[in-house]
Amino acid sequence: MDFATLLQLLESTIRMSTPLLLACLAGLFSERSGIFDIGLEGKMLIAAFFSAAIAYNTGNVWLGLLAGIGASLGLSAIHGLASITFRGNQLISGVALNFLASGITVLIAQSWYKQGGKTPTLTGGARLNEINLPLTETLRDVPVLGPIYAQVISGHAPLVYVAFLAVPATWWLLFRTRFGLRLRAVGEAPEAVDTAGISVIRLRYTAVAICGILCGIAGAYMATGLQPFFGKEMTAGRGYIALAALIFAKWRPWYALAACLLFGFLQAVAIRFQNFDLGAFTVPVQVMDALPYILTVVILAGFIGKAIPPRAGGTPYVKER
Amino acid sequence: MTFMQKTLGTVAALALSAGAALADPALVYDLGGKFDKSFNEAAYNGAERWAKETGGSYKDIEMQSEAQREQALRRFAEAGYNPVITTGFSFAEPIKNVAADYPDTKFVNVDGFLPEIPENVLLINFQEHQGSYLVGMLAAMESKSGTVGFVGGMDIPLIRHFACGYAQGAKAVNPDINVIANMTGTTPAAWNDPVKGAELAKAQIGQGADVIYAAAGGTGLGVLQTAADEGIYSIGVDSNQNHLHPGSVLTSMLKRVDNAVYEAMTAGADLETGKFMTLGLAEEGVGYAVDENNSELITDEMTATVEDAKAKIISGDIDVVSYYANDSCPALDF
Repeated sequence: MDFATLLQLLESTIRMSTPLLLACLAGLFSERSGIFDIGLEGKMLIAAFFSAAIAYNTGNVWLGLLAGIGASLGLSAIHGLASITFRGNQLISGVALNFLASGITVLIAQSWYKQGGKTPTLTGGARLNEINLPLTETLRDVPVLGPIYAQVISGHAPLVYVAFLAVPATWWLLFRTRFGLRLRAVGEAPEAVDTAGISVIRLRYTAVAICGILCGIAGAYMATGLQPFFGKEMTAGRGYIALAALIFAKWRPWYALAACLLFGFLQAVAIRFQNFDLGAFTVPVQVMDALPYILTVVILAGFIGKAIPPRAGGTPYVKER
Repeated sequence: MTFMQKTLGTVAALALSAGAALADPALVYDLGGKFDKSFNEAAYNGAERWAKETGGSYKDIEMQSEAQREQALRRFAEAGYNPVITTGFSFAEPIKNVAADYPDTKFVNVDGFLPEIPENVLLINFQEHQGSYLVGMLAAMESKSGTVGFVGGMDIPLIRHFACGYAQGAKAVNPDINVIANMTGTTPAAWNDPVKGAELAKAQIGQGADVIYAAAGGTGLGVLQTAADEGIYSIGVDSNQNHLHPGSVLTSMLKRVDNAVYEAMTAGADLETGKFMTLGLAEEGVGYAVDENNSELITDEMTATVEDAKAKIISGDIDVVSYYANDSCPALDF
C-alpha cells in the first residue's frame, strides 16, 4: 500500500466516521441520562429527509440543517414523552420511532416530489460544500504532513469539524460541569438526584433533546453533504452501528471517537480493498462488514475489559411517595 | 316486489361474475421499491403503458420485507387477479410454493429461476451479460486511463452476471484494461445505500477509474452523482438513466422489463405459461441507451464497433460467457 492510497483511505475514514460519531455521541447523552435510545437510526433518517427537502425548497442548506434538527427533535420529544413522562418501555418506543421515520419520510417525499420517495438533487447553495481549512495550499508542499493536512484533515464539509469538535465538548460538558455530573448521576441513581432537589424529568428531557440535535446534524450531513439528495432508507443501519460503537466505547466520549474512527476505518478498508489480501490468506469483505458487530459482542462478553451500561438505564423513574 | 328482487339479484350476480371473468393483472415489486429509477420502475412503466393503451387497470404492491412475498401472492390470487406478475429473483421460491394452490391463476416472474417450472408459471430472464458486454465495450472505448469500474448492489450471482459481461466487453476492446469490481454489501440494505455507493465510486476513482458502471438500484444513484461531481463518466442500469446527469452518464444498460410486463399484461389470462423465457439482444430484451442526453458522448466510431459486436453476438460469432455457466467469470475475479 503506497502513501497516496493510505491518504485516500484515511480521507474516506473521516467521511464514513462522521455520521457514526455524531449518532454515537447522541446516544451517549441519552443513555448516560438513563434513557436507552434504539431510535438513533430513525432520527437520522427523518433529519436526512427534512434537511434535504427544506434545503431543496428554500435553496439554503443551513435552513435545511435547522429543519433536520427540528424533525429529529420532534422524534426525541415523542421518545421523551413515551419513556420519561408516561414511563413506557424505552426499547419499544425507539423501535416504533424507527418504523415511523422509515415510513413517513418516503410517504412525504412521494407526496411532495413524486420521485418515488426521493428528493430532487440539491445544487448550488442548497448543497453542503466542502471547505478548505486555512493554510491548506501553503502547507501542501511540506513533506508527509502537508498532504495529510491537505487531503485528510482539510477539505471536508463543515459538519465534519462540528462532529469532531463535539467530542471534547461532550467530554467537558459531562465531566467538568455541574450539569454533566447531574446528568451522569441521573443515569446511575436518579433517586439520589431527586433527593438533592433536582428534577430528574427535566434532566432526562434535556439529554434526550441534545441527542435529537446531534442526530439531526448526522442526518443532515448524510443527505446534504455526503449525498445531495435524500433516498429511501439511506441511513442504511448506521444508527445501529453507532449503538454498537457506543457499547464498544463503554459510554465514554473519547473512546467513542476511537470506536467510530475504527468502525469508519473498517468500512473504508472494506470499500477500498473488498477482499483484503494479507499475503498468507485473504480476508473476505463480509468479515470486514461484520467486524463492528463482532467486536461489540466481544466487548459485551467481557473478553476485553467490561462494558457496564449506566445502572438506571432503561428503567423509568418513579418517585417514591 | 319478487320480480324486482330477482332482477336485482341477477344484476348483482352478473356484476360479480363479470369482475371475475375480466380479471385485472397484478404487479408485485421487489424490495427496491416501485420508483427505484431502475429495475422496478421499468416494470411500473410497462404496466402504465399497458393501462394507458388499453384503458385497463391493474393493482400493484411494493414489498417491505421478505416475509410478505408469499402473502402478497396469495392475496392477489384469491382476489382473482390474473396474471400475477412479480419482479426480482426472490419471488421464484414463493411462487413455487403458491402456484399449485391456485391452478387458474398465472404467475409471472422476472429474473427468477426454478429447476422445475409449474404449469401456471412463466419465468422471464434477460441476457444481462450481453447488454453489459456492449456497455463494457463503450466504457473501454471512452476510458482514457485504462481503468474502468463496476459497482454492484447486493453480492448475488445476478449482479456478478452483470459484472462478468461488462468485464468481457471491456477486455474485448482493450485486453490490458483494468476492471475494478466492487459490491456494496451482502444484505438487501445494499440496494439503498447511496452514501456507500458514492464512497465506492470515490475509491475506484482513486484507483484511476474514469468510467463506472453501477448495477446497484438506489445505491447506483450515489455512484452516478459522484461520477458527475468528480467529472468522470458513469453507466446506468435497467431503466434509461441518461437524463439523471446529462453529459456524465455515458449510457445505460437497458433491461426491457417494461416490455416483458407490457406483453404479459396484454396476453392477460391467455398468457403461455409453464416455461422459461429468455430475452437477449436478439429479442431486444437488453441493449444500450442512446438519446439526446448522451448522443454527443457516443461517437459514430463507437456506435459502429458496438453494433458490429451486437450483430456478432446475435449470430453467435461472439460468445459472451455467462457467470451462471460455471459460477465463475473468465474476465474477472471476485
